[in-house]
Amino acid sequence: MEIQFVLNQKQVAAEVAADTVLLDVLRGLGCKSVKCGCETTNCGLCTVWIDGRSRLSCSVLAASIAGHEVTTLEGVEREAAEFGAFLAGEGAEQCGFCSPGFIMNVLAMFRELEDPDIDEIREYLAGNLCRCTGYMGQLRAIQKYMRAKADQKTDQRRGEATA
Amino acid sequence: MMEAALTEKKDQKEAGSVKDPGKLRVVNHPVSKVDAPALVTGKAVYTNDLAPSDCLIVKVLRSPHAHALIKDINTTRAEAVPGIECILTYKDCPDKRFTMAGQTYPEPSPYDRLILDQRVRFVGDAAAIVAGTSEEAVKKAVKLIKVRYEVLEPVLDFHTAKDNPILVHPEENWKSLCPVGADNKRNLCAHGVSESGNIEEVLAACDYVVDRVYHTKANQQAMMETFRTYTYLDTYGRLNVVSSTQVPFHVRRILANALDIPKHKVRVVKPRIGGGFGAKQTSVSEVYPAIVTWKTGKPAKIIYTREESLTASSPRHEMEMHVRLGADNEGNIRGIDLYTLSNTGAFGEHGPTTVGLSGHKSIPLYGKAEAFRFTYDVVYTNVMSAGAYRGYGATQGIFALESAVNELAQVLGMDPAVLREKNMVREGQVMPAYYGETAKSCALDRCLKRAKEMIGWDEKYPRRDMGNGKVRGVGVAMAMQGSGISGVDTGSVAIKVNDDGFYSLMIGATDMGTGCDTILSQMAAECLECELEDIIVSCVDTDTSPYDCGSYASSTTYVTGMAVVKTCETLRAKICERGAEYLGCSLDDVEFDGQKVTNLITGESISRQEIGNRVMCSSNAPLSANEAFSSPTSPPPFMAGIAEVEIDRETGVIELIDYAAVVDCGTVVNPNLARIQTEGGIAQGIGMALYEDVVYNAKGKNYSNSFMQYKIPSRLDVGNIRVEFESSYEPTGPFGAKSIGEIVINTPSPAISNAIQNAVGAIIRELPMTAEKVYRGMQEK
Repeated sequence: MEIQFVLNQKQVAAEVAADTVLLDVLRGLGCKSVKCGCETTNCGLCTVWIDGRSRLSCSVLAASIAGHEVTTLEGVEREAAEFGAFLAGEGAEQCGFCSPGFIMNVLAMFRELEDPDIDEIREYLAGNLCRCTGYMGQLRAIQKYMRAKADQKTDQRRGEATA
Repeated sequence: MMEAALTEKKDQKEAGSVKDPGKLRVVNHPVSKVDAPALVTGKAVYTNDLAPSDCLIVKVLRSPHAHALIKDINTTRAEAVPGIECILTYKDCPDKRFTMAGQTYPEPSPYDRLILDQRVRFVGDAAAIVAGTSEEAVKKAVKLIKVRYEVLEPVLDFHTAKDNPILVHPEENWKSLCPVGADNKRNLCAHGVSESGNIEEVLAACDYVVDRVYHTKANQQAMMETFRTYTYLDTYGRLNVVSSTQVPFHVRRILANALDIPKHKVRVVKPRIGGGFGAKQTSVSEVYPAIVTWKTGKPAKIIYTREESLTASSPRHEMEMHVRLGADNEGNIRGIDLYTLSNTGAFGEHGPTTVGLSGHKSIPLYGKAEAFRFTYDVVYTNVMSAGAYRGYGATQGIFALESAVNELAQVLGMDPAVLREKNMVREGQVMPAYYGETAKSCALDRCLKRAKEMIGWDEKYPRRDMGNGKVRGVGVAMAMQGSGISGVDTGSVAIKVNDDGFYSLMIGATDMGTGCDTILSQMAAECLECELEDIIVSCVDTDTSPYDCGSYASSTTYVTGMAVVKTCETLRAKICERGAEYLGCSLDDVEFDGQKVTNLITGESISRQEIGNRVMCSSNAPLSANEAFSSPTSPPPFMAGIAEVEIDRETGVIELIDYAAVVDCGTVVNPNLARIQTEGGIAQGIGMALYEDVVYNAKGKNYSNSFMQYKIPSRLDVGNIRVEFESSYEPTGPFGAKSIGEIVINTPSPAISNAIQNAVGAIIRELPMTAEKVYRGMQEK
C-alpha cells in the first residue's frame, strides 16, 4: 500500500507492506541517521519523533504513520549540531552509532522538561543504551549545554532590560 | 647569536619526541574528535549507510544442533523463490582450513574453520548461505532449505572437554601454525606452563595459603553496530570488501585463505565503525558476502541481526581459575600459583593467546613474590567460538587473583588496600611473570593512594550500616595490561606534504570510535609544530594505507603513536633538505619551525606553503616520509579501582553507589578521550560483574539471544563513575604515553566483589554477582 506522511517538514509517499516497520521506511527514504541496534526495543538507537514525541521506529508499523509527522535527526540538524558540539566537547560521541537516537531523545527531553535534574535526566534517557561511554560524559554534555542555554537566556533578558 | 641558534636546533633534534609534558601544545589537550561533526549529525558514514542499494542480501542458515553432521541439504524449493541469486552449501566452499582471528601471521589461533563445513559445531553454526535481491525472498528461502542432520553428542561442559572421546575437531586437515600446545585429537586448543622459582617449596613455607577457584563467564562485547560487511568486484575484477572491522589487513589475508584466492585479489576498506571492543578483531561476517560476490560477480551485503550478534559471534572466553596464593604472617605475598582452564568453544579464535594474559597480566601486579607458576589448558567445546574482548584474558585473571588477594586480606585480618600497598609492583622492578620486563614507568602506588582519597576509604572501610536494612561496603582492586604485543605488533605511518603545505597523515590503524584518527593527528601536529587543521587523516584502505596490524591489544597509542613520531622526525629532516635546496644554502644552516625553513645565517626563509607548492612543479622526488615501529617491550599501564555498593540484606540486591578509578597510562594524549575510555570500560566491567552472562540450556542452545536476555548496563545501573589520572612517564612511548583502551575494564569485577565481601561477608567466586548469589552467600555465611 502507499502511505503519505510528513517527513522532516516535507510531504512524502512510500510503498509499504502491512508488516513494514517505520525504521526501514525512513532509511529507504535516505534518513541514514536512523540506526537499528537491537530489533527488540531495548536500545533506543532508532529514536525518531512522531508528531513531536519520541518513538522507537523499529516497533512502529509504517502503515500506522499515514497522515502523521515524522522527524529524524536530519530534520533538526542545526539543533543536533549545537548540542552535538557539547557532546563532542566531552569526547562522549565516541563511535557515534548511538548518537542520533540519543540526541533525538535529548532534544525531546529539553522540549518536555524544564531544567531537569540528574535523576530526571537519567530516567528520561534510560532507554538509550551506549556501550562506549559509560554515560558519564553524556551527562556532563547535557549539563554544560543546559548551563550554556540558561546563560544565553540570562544574557538575552539583560539585553532586553537595557534596551 | 647564530651559534646559539644552531645549538638550540641541535638540542631540539636530539630531544626528538621527549618533550616536557607541561610544554606540549596539542598533545595532552582535550581536543574534540576530528570526525565528531559528522557523527553527531547522523551522517551516512557507517558500512550499511554506504552499501550500494543493489547489493544482494546475504543470510546464513544456522544449525539447530550443537554437534551434527550434515547428511543431505535439499535447496530445490528454496532456489525456486523469486529473487534468489545463489544458495551455497559446504560442497561449494574450499576445503582449506583457516582462522577468523585477526592476528599477525603465523597466527597462534589454529586453522580449524571452513566457510561452510559438513560438521556443525554449535547451535548457530553456519549450514548454508543464501543470497537474493530482497530481504523477504532470502528469509523465505532460508526457511525452505531442508537439511538432514546426523545429530551427534556434543561436548558442553568445558571441565570434561580435554581428552573427551567426543572430538570437536576430528578432521585431518586441522592445523596449528605455532607451537602453542594444541592437539585436536585431545580437544586442546592450547596448553602451556611458565614458572619462575620453586612454587611448591615457597607455598609449603608460607604461613598462609589461600586456595580458591574462580569462574568468569562468556561476555558479549555488545557494540551498538552489529557485525556487517558489503562486497563488490571493482573495475579490475578484484574483490572489494567494505567492513566494520578492527583489522583490515588481517581480513585481507583471512579472506584470501578462506576463498583460496591470491591476496592481491582482495582489497579491504574500513569506514566508521560503531564500536568493536575486540569483537571485530575476528572476521565474523566478512566471508559470507565475500564468497557470494566471488561466485556471482554481484555486490552483496550481510547485516547481522542482534540475535546473530549474540549467538554466532566472538564473546569473551569463559575461564575457570584455580589460584593458590601464599603469604607470611606479616602479609608479604611470597608465591602465586595459577591454573586457568579456558573455554574457546567451537573454534580456536584467540584461544591460545587470551589465556596467556590471565596469568601474565595478573601475577606481575605483585612484585615481591619469590616464585610463580602459571599453567593453562584451552579446550574446544560445542558452544559458540570465543574471541577477543577488551582485556583479553587479563580481565578474567585479574578477577581471580585480585579476589584471592582480597580473601587473603580477610584471612590475615588486614585491610586489603594496605595488603596491596605492601606488595604491589613499583617503578624500576623487574616483573618475572611479565616476560622479565622492567616496569620503567609505574605510578600504581599513587593510583591506589588517590583512589582511596577519592572514595574516603579510611572512613568507609569496611562497611556502614545504613539503618534501613541496607549495608554499604567498599572494595578495592588493581589492574594492569600491556601496550601492544611486544616483538609482533607493527604500525606504519606515511605523511606527505601537499600544496599549500598541508599534510596527509596515512595510517593503517583503525579508529573504532575510540579516536585514534584524532590522537595520532595530535601527535603529528605536535611533532610537526603545526595546527591540527593542517593535518588530514583518512580511513584504512589496504590498497593505499601503510601496513598496520590493526587496533587491538592496546597497541594504537603506543605502537602506531611511535610510528607517527618516527615518521615526523624523518619528514622534518626532508623538509629541511628541500628548504635548503630552494634557499640555495647548506642543510646545516637551516632550521624548520613548523611554518618555515629559515637560513640561520642570512635570515632568509621559505614557508611550508611555498615548499608544498614548489614540490608539485618540476620535482624529481616526492616530499613524504614513511616509517614503521615495533617494540621489543609492552609497557603496562596500571590502575586502581574502588567500588562502593549498597546491599539489601533481605534480598541481596546490589546497588552500585560510587566508583573511583585512577589510571596511570603514562602521558595522557587526550584527557577527554582517555576519560571516556575509562568511564566506558568501567561501565562494561560493571556489566560483567553484575549482569552479563551467556547462558546455554542442556542441549547447547544459547538463551542470551537479545538485549532482553543479555542485559548490558543502562545509565541507571552504573552509579557514579569518577576518574582521575596519575601519570608516570614511559620513556619508550610517544610523549611518555602508554595504552588506555583495555586496562579500564579490569577492576570492577574484583572491586565490586570485595565491596560485597566487606559489606555482608558473602564471597562470590562466579560472575555475574547477582542478587541471588549474594543472598545465598549471606545465608551460607
